[in-house]
Parts: sequence; structure tokens; C-alpha cells
Amino acid sequence: MEKTVEIRWHGRGGQGAKTAALLLADVAFQTGKYVQGFPEYGPERMGAPITAYNRISEKPIRVHSNIYEPDYVVVVDESLLDTIDVTKGLSRDGAIVVNTTSPKEEILKKLHHYEGKIYVIDARKVSMETIGQYFPNTPMLAAIVKVGGLMEEHEFLREMEASFKHKFARKPEVIEGNMNALKLAMKEVH
Amino acid sequence: MAKRERLSGNEAVAIALRQINPDVFPAFPITPSTEIPQYFSTFVANGQVDTEFIPVESEHSSMSAAMGAEAAGARSVTATSSCGMALMWEVLYVAASDRLPLALTLVNRTLTGPININCDHSDSMGARDSGWLQVYAENNQEAYDNMVMAYRIAEHKDVRLPIMVCQDGFITSHAVENIILEDDETVKNFVGEYEPEAYLLNEKQPMSLGPYAISDYCMEAKRAQAQAMHNAKQVILDVAKEYEAITGRHYGLFEEYRMEDAEYAVVIIGSAAGTAKDAVDALRSQGMKAGLIKLRVFRPFPGKELAEALKHVKRVAVMDRAESYSDQGGPLGAELMAAMYRNKNTADAINVLYGLGGRDVRVEHMEELYRQLERGDLPEGYSYMGLRE
Amino acid sequence: MQTDMSKLHPGITWREITEGTRICAGGTSREFNTGEWTTVKAYIDEEKCKQCLLCVPVCPDSAIAVKDGRRLPVDRDHCKGCGICVKNCPFDAISMKEEERENG
Repeated sequence: MEKTVEIRWHGRGGQGAKTAALLLADVAFQTGKYVQGFPEYGPERMGAPITAYNRISEKPIRVHSNIYEPDYVVVVDESLLDTIDVTKGLSRDGAIVVNTTSPKEEILKKLHHYEGKIYVIDARKVSMETIGQYFPNTPMLAAIVKVGGLMEEHEFLREMEASFKHKFARKPEVIEGNMNALKLAMKEVH
Repeated sequence: MAKRERLSGNEAVAIALRQINPDVFPAFPITPSTEIPQYFSTFVANGQVDTEFIPVESEHSSMSAAMGAEAAGARSVTATSSCGMALMWEVLYVAASDRLPLALTLVNRTLTGPININCDHSDSMGARDSGWLQVYAENNQEAYDNMVMAYRIAEHKDVRLPIMVCQDGFITSHAVENIILEDDETVKNFVGEYEPEAYLLNEKQPMSLGPYAISDYCMEAKRAQAQAMHNAKQVILDVAKEYEAITGRHYGLFEEYRMEDAEYAVVIIGSAAGTAKDAVDALRSQGMKAGLIKLRVFRPFPGKELAEALKHVKRVAVMDRAESYSDQGGPLGAELMAAMYRNKNTADAINVLYGLGGRDVRVEHMEELYRQLERGDLPEGYSYMGLRE
Repeated sequence: MQTDMSKLHPGITWREITEGTRICAGGTSREFNTGEWTTVKAYIDEEKCKQCLLCVPVCPDSAIAVKDGRRLPVDRDHCKGCGICVKNCPFDAISMKEEERENG
């Protein structure tokens, strides 16, 4: 990874986009990277559009601004495509990953003038099949790691498992489902 | 062994406080500082600290309780932001004049209004004349390190003043970044036990604290307090030196970044300094002699030292993240320009207001500011960066 | 940090004044003659006084001390002349008078 990778997350309050950004920072840190994970705060509440950011680098990160020209954009909630210019500033060499049941062509119609790469994943399906409930952030996290080539897959899975073991120490029965969600998401994103 | 971690600024300060294990922590929640007492109260619940945690009914009460506990002989701390600090106002002055070395971890947020939860320095800058020591942080690491060093400075016999450990609301308080934590034992040994010379619960030595001082005494008392602030400068440097010996991390009154031969300089406080460093590097690679001074200690104000550090620059932009409504710019601008005049530094200086109410500061903004300095296109009086005209 | 009471005078310099103007000593109000604040003071008529001691707790300046169950004469150095004891005495034994300088 030569330069700092910058990622912008779009989600709705309560969907876990901020948590996903912090988890990504966590796992990238565990693989030896310098990281930033931060939300953009306003008066938002449950359901309101929110933005969160990641920087991942081989070198210490000093900049403390928001991200305006991201390498990757992750859209956790498809309905945001109608109201928010999610590809704004997105690098031509980068990509957008959208949580949707629609094919890419349908999504592209909503992304006016966007000519870059697009990836889609049905995070609801992945989440329901593996975790049994709708937690879009876990599949979306795996999807962006895969799409961005942010780290080796086995490293990612190893660190996530360690993190889940810590996080779900009191309910270890959910660890397997979450791990399966990550693995399935990496297969499903396309 | 120091440990590599990734934490938000609020978590980092809460962990520093766990390691310090203060005696009393009264707190009232306010965004964005709430997480500090929130994390800390879990340490209390888990029995990881011996601290008496007091949930109080307002910030006036939290500062009063912290002050009272400190006067009784306990090491105390509280946390707040913005309007919470405004409600502490009266007590801030009392704590300082009673020479009580308590700590306030302040997560900077603008003062209303318009009502807004994001960062600027109007809260702490408003309290700049309250007699508190003030240190600021660029990132989570500095917020942690400043907290660990705080009591050593405040409690020093030549100082004995309360200390405000500031970091930028949300920008560092809620951002997860890499950090190095010292181990518990190292911090414990560095900070040491609090051994007050005079305290109210000492049954062997009755004491009256904060007595009425008629005009015959009041001015002498204030002058003596000013001396403590003067003494703090050396103590801050001494404590930093000792800390560096343990951690390898260097701290001064301010940091000079690529200032050796700088012709165009910016003086700034807090998280935007990191962003400005990226701008300096970019401009240096294009041949501009750009440099940066990041002010860490605002109280006491190192005016003479700053004027000296700016001796050879052609032009300097002094950055304020707080409005003074003085029609003259901001507080750092006013104080630094006064210091430059006094020390016969005649570099062209402008005062720039920026980042109010969380207005984002981008590398591009800083680069443009340096180019403005290079062009010599300096507005009369003061100007704003990142404002829609 | 024992406060040297001899230093607590209006001529003290800023270098000598105690830290935070603290007074590290007990009973120091005794050295402050609030009795100077008035021209009238309480006098107790020993004939009328029944030693009921009701004047003692109402004195805001603790200027009427008790020893061996009996009150002592009014402490003129600290009586501010408020007259509360006069109002409180059930036997009209106390009155306010200009200070008698010779016999105190």
C-alpha cells in the first residue's frame, strides 16, 4: 500500500456504519497499519443519513480533515442513493460498494455521470443467512476489505475472529454466524 | 513495556486517568466529553480504580466538588465541554486563586450560539484569564501524554495551580487513531502520590482557605498567583524532559516543524496542526520555505519564546479557532502580536480565524494560506479561512 | 506551612503573602478585635443577672464566655455591639452603653 487509502461510509443512524468504520480501523491496526476511523457528527438520530470515514496507511497519519476525494465509498443503505451524492469526489481509480438487491446497471442509473467501478452485495441476504438478523455492517465491512484489497483475506479473518471472541465473550454462540457472514460477503460481493 | 493501541481521544484520556487513579472524580455529562466519565465510571464499577466517582447535578457542582475535594487533600479531576465549562466559570477562578492543583479534561466545543456541538476553542479561550494552566493536543497521543504529565506540573510546589488538559471535540475525541500507551506501573511511578502541604482534613494543622482579602491584601495575592503562572513555564519543560526520558516522546511549550529556515510560518493550536504539517511538506517539495509552530501551552503564554522562534520569518499567519468579537481578531493573534512587538519582531503578521463550530480544515486550505503569505497578499486587520464570502 | 501571624498585616508584600491567602493556624479570629467596630457595648447588671446563660448562645461573636457553669463578663475586644443579648435577656439585666474606658 503506497499511499494512504481513504474510505467514506454512507449509512443511516443505527445501521452501524460508524461501528463498521471503527471495526475496519481496528482490524487494519491489528495487521500493523496506521489508521483513522471517525464519524462526522451532527444532530443526527436513528434513521438519519450519517457519514463515517477511514484512513489506512503504512505511515503515521497527521491530517485531521474529513475525506473529500475518497478511494472507496461504501453505501450501507441503498435508499441514500436518491438523496445523497455518494460518488462526490470519488477517485476514478477507486470503487463504490453498494448494499442492494438490484443489479449494478440499475444502481448506475442512479449514480449520475459516475464512470468508475461499482460493486454490489445483498447484505441483507448474507446477514439473514448467517447471523439470522439484519446487521448490514458486518457484510459491508468484509465487502470493502475485499474490494479495496485492504489486507490479506486470511489476516482479516484471523483478526476479526479474535475481535469477535473479545466482543462476544459472553455470547460465543454468535461468533460463528458473524464469521460466516464475513466469508459469505467476500464471495457474494461482485 | 509501552503498548501499541488504537483508541479515540476520549478513551485515551480515560485510560490515562485510570492509570493515575485520582481520589475524586465528580462529573456531569456534556457532548463531546461525556465518554470520559462514562468510560471512567466502568473502571470504578470494575474496581480498577479507588476513585470516589460523584455524579452531580450540574457543572457548577462538578467543579465545586472537585475543588472541595482538592482542598480537603484529595487529588481530583473533572471533565467538561463548551457550555458546561461556562457554567463552571465562577468556580474556575476560585480554584485557581485558592491554588488548588486539580485537573480538568476539557474536550473543546464551541460556545453557543448558534447552538452547535462541534469543535472550536471558544470555551477554553474564554477562560484564558481564569488563572488555569492550559495545554492543548494535536492528536490522541498528545491528549494522553498531556494528561499523564498534568498533575506533575499542577502540583509542583512552585506552581500549585489547576490545569486544563484540552483536546479538539470529535476531531480527536471521537476519532480512533494509533497510540502508544505506557504501562500502568510506569504512569503510576511517574505521577506519584499526591502529598499536599496544606489541606483541610489535616487535623494537626487547622486552616482557613479562601478568606476574604480586603484591598490591603487582594492585589498582593493576585501578584503572587501570577508568579506561580510564570514559574509553571520551567516546570512544564522539566516535567516534559523527565517524560521524554521514559517514553522517548518530546514535548516543549510549542513544537517547531520545519522552522529552521522558514520564511513563511503559521502558528496554530490543536488538531489542525497535523493537517498543516501535510501542507508544509507539500509546499516544501515545491520549493517554498514553509514552516509551522504548534502551540501546546497557551497558559502560561510563551510570548518571548514564540517571538524568538519567529525571528527570521518574513510573514506569519496566527491562527485562532475562537472569535473574540473584539473587532481585532482572536486571542492568540492578540497575544502573539503583542509579544512580537514587545520583542521587536517586525515580521508581517496576519491573524486568521478558522474552524469555528467544527468548520473542517483541509490541507488545501492551509496550502492556499501559505501561498497567500508568499504573495504578501495580507488583508488589513484579520481574516477568515474556510468562510463563504 | 504554619502561617506566621505577624506577617498578616497590611504592609505585607506579594512575595511574603501566604499561598492563596491561606491562614494555617487555629483560633485566629481572637486576634482580630472586632470590638473596635462599635461605640456601644453590652453591660450586664450583676444584681439582675440570674446566670441563666441565655445570652451566651445568641451572641454572634462568642463574646460571652462560660467558665465553670457561669458566664464571664462581656469580652469587650470582640463585642460588636449588636444588642441581640439585650433583646434576649429575660431579666432586663443587659443594656447597651458607650464604652467605659477606665474600667472596661
